[in-house]
Amino acid sequence: MFLKMLLGALARQKRKHLMIAFTVGLGVSLATAMLGVMFDVGDKVNQELKSYGANLNVIPKGASMLGEMYQLGGDEGGGPALSELESDFIREDELYKIKMIFWAYNIVDFAPFLTLGVEAGGRQVPLTGTWFDRHLSLPTGDEVDTGMTAMRSWWVLEGRPGDEADPGGVLVGRELADALGLAVGQTLEARAPGGRAATLRVRAVFESGGDDDRGIFAPLPLVQDLAGRPGLVQRVEVSALTTPENELARRAAQNPGSLTRIEWDTWYCTAYISSIAYQIEEILPGVRVKPVLRVAQSEGAILSKTQLMIILLTLLTLLCSSLAISNLVTANIMERSVEIGLLKALGATGLSISLLVLSEILLAAFGGGVAGYLVGLGLAQFIGLSVFGSTVAVKAVVIPIGALMVLAVTLLGSLPALRALLGLRPTEVLHGR
Amino acid sequence: MLNPEATFILDIEDISKIYGPIKALQNVSLAVRPGEWLAIMGPSGSGKTTLMNIIGCLDSPSSGRVTLDGLSLDSLSSGELTAIRRESIGLIFQQFHLISYLTALENVMVAQYYHSLVDEREALEALENVGLGDRAKHLPRQLSGGEQQRVCIARALINHPKLLLADEPTGNLDETNEALVMDILRSLHRQGSTIIVVTHAPEVAAHAERTVVLEHGRVARDTRSPLLQAKA
Repeated sequence: MFLKMLLGALARQKRKHLMIAFTVGLGVSLATAMLGVMFDVGDKVNQELKSYGANLNVIPKGASMLGEMYQLGGDEGGGPALSELESDFIREDELYKIKMIFWAYNIVDFAPFLTLGVEAGGRQVPLTGTWFDRHLSLPTGDEVDTGMTAMRSWWVLEGRPGDEADPGGVLVGRELADALGLAVGQTLEARAPGGRAATLRVRAVFESGGDDDRGIFAPLPLVQDLAGRPGLVQRVEVSALTTPENELARRAAQNPGSLTRIEWDTWYCTAYISSIAYQIEEILPGVRVKPVLRVAQSEGAILSKTQLMIILLTLLTLLCSSLAISNLVTANIMERSVEIGLLKALGATGLSISLLVLSEILLAAFGGGVAGYLVGLGLAQFIGLSVFGSTVAVKAVVIPIGALMVLAVTLLGSLPALRALLGLRPTEVLHGR
Repeated sequence: MLNPEATFILDIEDISKIYGPIKALQNVSLAVRPGEWLAIMGPSGSGKTTLMNIIGCLDSPSSGRVTLDGLSLDSLSSGELTAIRRESIGLIFQQFHLISYLTALENVMVAQYYHSLVDEREALEALENVGLGDRAKHLPRQLSGGEQQRVCIARALINHPKLLLADEPTGNLDETNEALVMDILRSLHRQGSTIIVVTHAPEVAAHAERTVVLEHGRVARDTRSPLLQAKA
């Protein structure tokens, strides 16, 4: 009987229930799209920001952080003098371990650097050895391609990008190239302080918009040979996808020992920049890992603000849906006041009638919700492609959240009408006088 | 729930109903025996509907006492009144009030559904008793006014109420259908049903054994047919 009454009411008030379904569908489609983007926006924004450089610097424990980070101490812009101490270097053959930490999949790229002041074209210039695009086979069986090319995506190249297979091919900064009159395809002699020399062939001239424009970037083995430091690097830049910092992360960054066991587990198992740094230090004991704070903080701030904005927009959308549903359901109840009064007169309780009405509304709402969810998935892809140039990976968690949203929006919207229903007196509607 | 030993199926003692400045009922007393057919008459605004609402457990008096088959309705919650209405009272309305998207049969079954269990056979039997066995699958809009009122009567009777309350049962019917409905009520009365009819039509009231006339919320006259007087 309940089902007959339910289906009968749905069929009889088709237009009203379709309007409810449409309203819920509209709200859910927008909310699904926004939540889909919100859950993926972290990765999207991170990936976007990763193209503007590394967010972690790995240096030997004994090295001067400032010196390494900002390349201070060079003579006349010719690059820093190399340390004589083995402990001031990192072993190149251990770098693959960076991709073996707990958050390995969050390490997007990394590249080692060894900078040496050389004499080229009659002047001192910094020559930096690096991996342009190194292929690594990890003990885990994973294959990884990493290097500086991906980490300097904003460089404007004239010529071809650096190539691991071209041991003498170098990238020359625009300022230096102009000063030395170099062009793509030309060669120049580089002479290291120890007397070693190499012939460099210009593969490309680049513009970085920074100090790099006054230097040369070469394959790492070439610079290691010139420096007489085979298998060693001075520093490693790591680009990692991270979770925005919060209070826990800040406390951990200051002193991981101050955390309780549970806090420590939470921190360690979250991709905070500090926990990734900690894990790299664990796997490479001789190094110190420092976040590039400005980048990390910007990421966190942009992400937090973007997510907050999306959450607010989602809530606003749901609120609008609730208001619209409230109007529709109230109109529905008013239209059926005689029917409801009759059911009460026949002995139906307010609860049983509320259940009947709510079932009708929820059925219509869930119909609209499913349609809205599917439209929302499409909308999320549209937003992803329009804004980030890639599709949005909608998380499965959006489905239960979507179901809860439908329930919440419908119940919230139905509350005033249900209140009116419960307060409706059969005597006021049945006698028609 | 009701007490078969009760002398009066309905005993109203000195009830008043006040809506703000309006006194809809003033010190009304009335007792109805089981099996009695009572007509409540009076002009518009005399308090007929208010009295019917109170008897039908759809409303409560502002003061006074109502006892239905030995059970005092004083200080009962609206849920308890609903339960008494469900169990003991059959309501017939002037406007029929059938649910438009349910068939005649389903309209009768709705009352079963909120009372206890749905029994399609019994509901069909109730429709046959009012001469609508062949119209069971019709929707209200496919039925004439008289037929709709008979569905309403079948619905009121389906749970075997102790008291049948009819509010202007022929108010919207032509003479033929009025006669049909009154025949059904007469037949029910003969079977022992207690019937209270609220009407302003003397020809409808004439079928009752007893007529109570309300004026300005008070009982102006309470007359019994000679047959009932003899019975009493």
